Amino acid sequence: MSNFFAMGGYGFYVWTSYAVFLISLLIDALAPVLRRRRVFASLRGRHRREVGRGSNV
Amino acid sequence: MNRLTLWFHQFGSPPTFYRVAGWLMPWCYGMGALLGAIALYGGLVLAPADYQQGDAFRIIFIHVPTAWMSLFVYFFMAVNAFVALVWRIKISETLAMASAPIGAAFTFICLVTGSLWGKPMWGTWWTWDARLTSELVLLFLYLGVIGLNNAIEDRRQAARAAAFLALIGVVNVPIVHFSVNWWNTLHQGSTVRLMGPSAITTEMLWPLLTMTVATKLWFFGSLFSRSRLAVLELESGKDWVRRIAREASKS
Repeated sequence: MSNFFAMGGYGFYVWTSYAVFLISLLIDALAPVLRRRRVFASLRGRHRREVGRGSNV
Repeated sequence: MNRLTLWFHQFGSPPTFYRVAGWLMPWCYGMGALLGAIALYGGLVLAPADYQQGDAFRIIFIHVPTAWMSLFVYFFMAVNAFVALVWRIKISETLAMASAPIGAAFTFICLVTGSLWGKPMWGTWWTWDARLTSELVLLFLYLGVIGLNNAIEDRRQAARAAAFLALIGVVNVPIVHFSVNWWNTLHQGSTVRLMGPSAITTEMLWPLLTMTVATKLWFFGSLFSRSRLAVLELESGKDWVRRIAREASKS
């Protein structure tokens, strides 16, 4: 098992590469999920304002 | 109207796109993650060590697929930019702008993993050779498109200006691809070929190709996820968006 992690002495290069790959793609997937909350919050705000304005007329 | 144009118009209508993309997205992400895991297992565990590079060559299983993706995504972005500029189709603008950050991510991974591979094999993190430099230019093009798109207030104007930049930058795509043939570089030539036999054994080839499919699926998952939000923002005043926002606030 430790042989597997050592990667024939290249462990640092191999595992850092794979870490960069996985972390970057994870951030790529999380970014729209986090933005989704903001978008829906602003849509709801807009919707509320419009409903409020409608009731005053 | 023939069937293809009809389909195009239907899929190009924002509410339909939102629905279809929402249905496709989990499949793209799910299949992408599954195939990616299989490819990682094949590449890290099953594939034998390279006779020259030992285990360091295993970086190939992420470096080469992300390099292909950096070009594929740029090409996809440029085609959509072209459609957006010529036929002014909203969805194409959205798709072009949504693909830029994903392409930038793939280009970034490609450059970093290449650097991490170059250090033990070439003895340097970076060299200003044709392949590396043109790939770095590709990253700057992506960042330029993202920056220009964010710099202009009006969403549609911003998308068109950035689409124009994306279209000009497409000239860099063949330069990246052919740089290893046109110039004498430190970077090796193509190992996998569409025509003729590849210079790689099957045990190494299948994880590589599986990862290529996985990254493509992941790209479309991320693309749908991003473009759905962009469509909602773009159409925020329309009835169908209001309905979706209302339903979301209920649940």
